[in-house]
Amino acid sequence: MTTLTAVTSYAPALDGRAMDALSGPLADALICLALALAALMATAVVLTRGTVRQAIVLSGYGLVLGLLFLILQAPDVAMSQIGVGTVLLPLIVVLALHATRRHRDTGHRDTGHRGAEKETRR
Amino acid sequence: MKARTRVTLFGSGAAGTAALFTAGALGLPAFGGALHPYADRAVRQAAAQGTPNAVASVTFDQRAFDTLGEELILLSAAVAAVVLLRAVRQEEQDAGGSHRHGPAEVPDALRTIGYLLLPVTLAAGVYIVAHGHQSPGGGFQGGVVLGTAIHLLYLAGDYPALRRLRPIPLFETAEAVAAAAFVVLALAAAGWAATGRVPALNGAVGTEVGCALVLLLGKFFEQALLVRETGPAARPGARAAGDPREPP
Repeated sequence: MTTLTAVTSYAPALDGRAMDALSGPLADALICLALALAALMATAVVLTRGTVRQAIVLSGYGLVLGLLFLILQAPDVAMSQIGVGTVLLPLIVVLALHATRRHRDTGHRDTGHRGAEKETRR
Repeated sequence: MKARTRVTLFGSGAAGTAALFTAGALGLPAFGGALHPYADRAVRQAAAQGTPNAVASVTFDQRAFDTLGEELILLSAAVAAVVLLRAVRQEEQDAGGSHRHGPAEVPDALRTIGYLLLPVTLAAGVYIVAHGHQSPGGGFQGGVVLGTAIHLLYLAGDYPALRRLRPIPLFETAEAVAAAAFVVLALAAAGWAATGRVPALNGAVGTEVGCALVLLLGKFFEQALLVRETGPAARPGARAAGDPREPP
């Protein structure tokens, strides 16, 4: 639906007359807000200590980037960004961290129920 | 390579990139301006072919080969995960059914919400794929939603159910078939308007992306939760590290 309106709003541009959906003080304020939020979250990701926590903050950064794309009227990109940047990437990072930790000290700094299970099996 | 050489190499590369990037950024049209030469051409082309979604026209027609390359990148990522992250010698895999893996103590609220959101999110993913030729969304976006949606079961603390829901061999086959279907569809009508084929292309891409993400995440889940080192090389180190803390 948005794409249809995008096409119709582009139609005057085809005649040579320019028309911009992203102008006006409100749009400027929104874009500035989203950009500032993205910069803030990016800094937060860099400054966060601890890789697991960093992955969670990274998820928030992905969400803010999705918001920025949405405000810039790219809903397709926003959808991909929210799916990949908010869920997929942090999840893979967390899983990889968990796997490396488990392989490094085999099962001893593991989650509680696993350790208990190992004890009973012995 | 010495540290000094490395820093010099990185410094020269970074300086060159910075110079080129600055020059390129200065040459860009102003942000939010009225001049959109690419958009004008792309939208005119999409409108001339009668494609309702200009973005779909770009991804599946004007930039079809780019999309093809992206799908194949995702396919190779999934294949690499399947090949590299398998259980090797000195490792064994626990039977998934014997554990209740998941975030250790899942609150009831999270469990309920996970179960309730699963069908809703799956339906939304199918909608995004199926309606992608007319509205924002499409194969990739819907595929990402579908591929991540079933992992709500893990959030709900039910890893065995997640394993039952996604038999890896079936997803491997579906991934390969969908990728092949997309390549055939994209190549069979190269140079023709994509208008009528967009739903089929979206379907193929959605299946391929969804299966690829499920495979990727599935392999990472196996590594994180199920694969254990058992070989002789792993044992002594583990014992030595573990003995002081363990009761005799």
